Amino acid sequence: MDVRPSAEQRALREAAARLVDDLAPKSVAELGDAARAAKLDAALAGSGWRELRVPADGGAPLASAVEAAIVAEELGRGAADTTFLGPTLAAELRRRAGAPDAPSDAPETVLLRPDLAGLAVAEDGDALCSGVAVDTRGVASALALARSGDGHELVSVPVAGGSPGRDLTRPVAAVEGAPFERVPGAVRRLGAADLDAWTALALALTCADLVGTMRGAVRLACSYATVREQYGVTIGSFQSVQHMLADAFVSAEGSKSIALHAAWAADTLPPDKALDAAAVAKAYCARAARAVCETAVQVHGGIGNTWECFAHVHLRRAFLSTQVLGDVGTNLERVVARRGLGGVHDGLR
Amino acid sequence: MDFADSPDEAAFRRSLRAWLAENNPGLPASSTADEYWDGQAPWHQALYDAGFFALSWPADIGGHGLPSVYEAIVDEELAAAGAPPRPSLGYLVQGMLRHGNDDVRRRFLPGIVNGRDRWCQGFSEPDAGSDLASLRTRAERRGDEYVITGHKVWTSYSDSADWCLVLARTDPAVAKHRGLSAFAVRMDQPGIEQRPLKMINGVTREFGEVVFDGAVARASDMIGAPGEGWKLAMTVVSHEREPGELGYVARYGKAVNELVARLRAEPERFTGEHVRDVAWAVVEAEMLRLHVCRRLSDRLDGVSHGPEGSVDKLLMTWVEQAVGHAALDVSTVTGGAEEDTWLRMYLYSRAQSVMGGTSQIQRNLVATRILGLPAS
Repeated sequence: MDVRPSAEQRALREAAARLVDDLAPKSVAELGDAARAAKLDAALAGSGWRELRVPADGGAPLASAVEAAIVAEELGRGAADTTFLGPTLAAELRRRAGAPDAPSDAPETVLLRPDLAGLAVAEDGDALCSGVAVDTRGVASALALARSGDGHELVSVPVAGGSPGRDLTRPVAAVEGAPFERVPGAVRRLGAADLDAWTALALALTCADLVGTMRGAVRLACSYATVREQYGVTIGSFQSVQHMLADAFVSAEGSKSIALHAAWAADTLPPDKALDAAAVAKAYCARAARAVCETAVQVHGGIGNTWECFAHVHLRRAFLSTQVLGDVGTNLERVVARRGLGGVHDGLR
Repeated sequence: MDFADSPDEAAFRRSLRAWLAENNPGLPASSTADEYWDGQAPWHQALYDAGFFALSWPADIGGHGLPSVYEAIVDEELAAAGAPPRPSLGYLVQGMLRHGNDDVRRRFLPGIVNGRDRWCQGFSEPDAGSDLASLRTRAERRGDEYVITGHKVWTSYSDSADWCLVLARTDPAVAKHRGLSAFAVRMDQPGIEQRPLKMINGVTREFGEVVFDGAVARASDMIGAPGEGWKLAMTVVSHEREPGELGYVARYGKAVNELVARLRAEPERFTGEHVRDVAWAVVEAEMLRLHVCRRLSDRLDGVSHGPEGSVDKLLMTWVEQAVGHAALDVSTVTGGAEEDTWLRMYLYSRAQSVMGGTSQIQRNLVATRILGLPAS
């Protein structure tokens, strides 16, 4: 065991951090700066990081989930308003189905169930498909599943635009009864193990985004606490404020450790174990992220409750990352079931 | 970046697992029953003699000189076997390694490491708790000796210790942090009285207070230079805050496995709320296991003695108290003979946010030393 990042992984993190520091929004006003957002989109497209899960020779992905998680964490840290999660998860579906890569000029995302807790599935005989496409900035289509015998075929639905939901940085688009088509060239149906492994990857990436979100929120709040003065001193000198921020930082550190393992597990452990590692991590990270972001709002006082304060951008981003592939309760249910506690008074219900 | 065992690590894990199958003493986890303390020394010595203790410490003090990550394997296997955790004394070892001279290291460390010498730690006093540097125990030079007078409290294992690492004031004229020195003091001598303190969970063998009234320490048994006591104490407590140094991953892993098994044995007796508490204990304990993997991996670049221990201490406390709440649930439901076992586990968990520096002190340290907020 040696869980230190490799030299390449450190370099990747530095590059992603640089891109985020240069081009991600620094203020709520900058969220509306279309020129900046376009530059960020172009920079991410140019980086090749949206293709980390595209197959290399032999079918394995170009990069492991650990690398994808590094990028996700840095984008989360800066509340980067560009698409990454969606195309990465779509590429993973294509890779598992043996489908050709999506054209790089038309990024695609994934279509989730209305509660966002899993992929949208069209049942046998359905001609239409419904759900919510997430992370839709600049995408034209979303991948979903159509049940086929004891497996699933990969299908695609068109997606038009999308608009900010609770998360101001990653739009979503509701798809109601859209006709779907089989993804051309998809040579394999996806079985239960494929979907477990894909879900593990998706959860690991949402955990990484949450870790980044927490880091960004803690940094924002600490910066404010060192300049805002009351009673003639900076509020960061008060123990009551220090202790909230210390708890927030510590929560983020614990989350980082458990999320790192989930990312490693996604490509290394058998799918059922990878999914368990991811569920454990998601329950922990999602619970922590809400508390940490709420602390960031509180430390800003009245300002924190205004639209112009960036703290709620982190809080809102945490909501979407939490919901995608299951929130705290959904993943705690997975933990319970795996440990044979599901039959104990119907688990958590 | 790899959480998996290397071939050498996997071989080590297999041999440890085979040894544990034959040599698990079946003791409860530390601090929850006096029974543990009766068996602790033989357990330490057996673990050491079999080659499964002191893995990452230097060979010249009896260690194996292996990477720290081997300690994580030990903790995982102890938990999986339901064996007691490894003895928690790495903080003493780290303190002496860093501050002791060659003579001190050679004379004291092998006995600490192999479990033949028992040690306790005399830092806190009735009037010096969080404000440790205000301590009043004096050590006055008399020829080749120091004469020690004062009152220490919360002295874990004082009833079975051969030696006490005493922090005492040697220079009352300088600023309070600078006038302290550390000594190895023999416990079996006139001028020392130790009394057990009964904890809220009923355990009497862990906690004690020690009164020094004219006890002596040889000048050559000073650890570190005169006036270096505060620095040594900070090294010791920074490691006392690290679950990787304490071996507490095994402690929580064992407890969580027992809690899950208990619910599965009689599912009809437990509610969804109980299941939820146990599930969070599972998640918290797993977080700490992985966090320790990260910390011990970082040690491959060298051991640091910094404020990160305060982060780890807070995480460890949250885990211990989550496990404690699950244990309280089970205690309440089960009643009978096992009620007290689980209740003791819960009650002990309340000490975790106090011992080794309160959670409030840890938060001060995280805020000022890591987050860069101004001292209040």
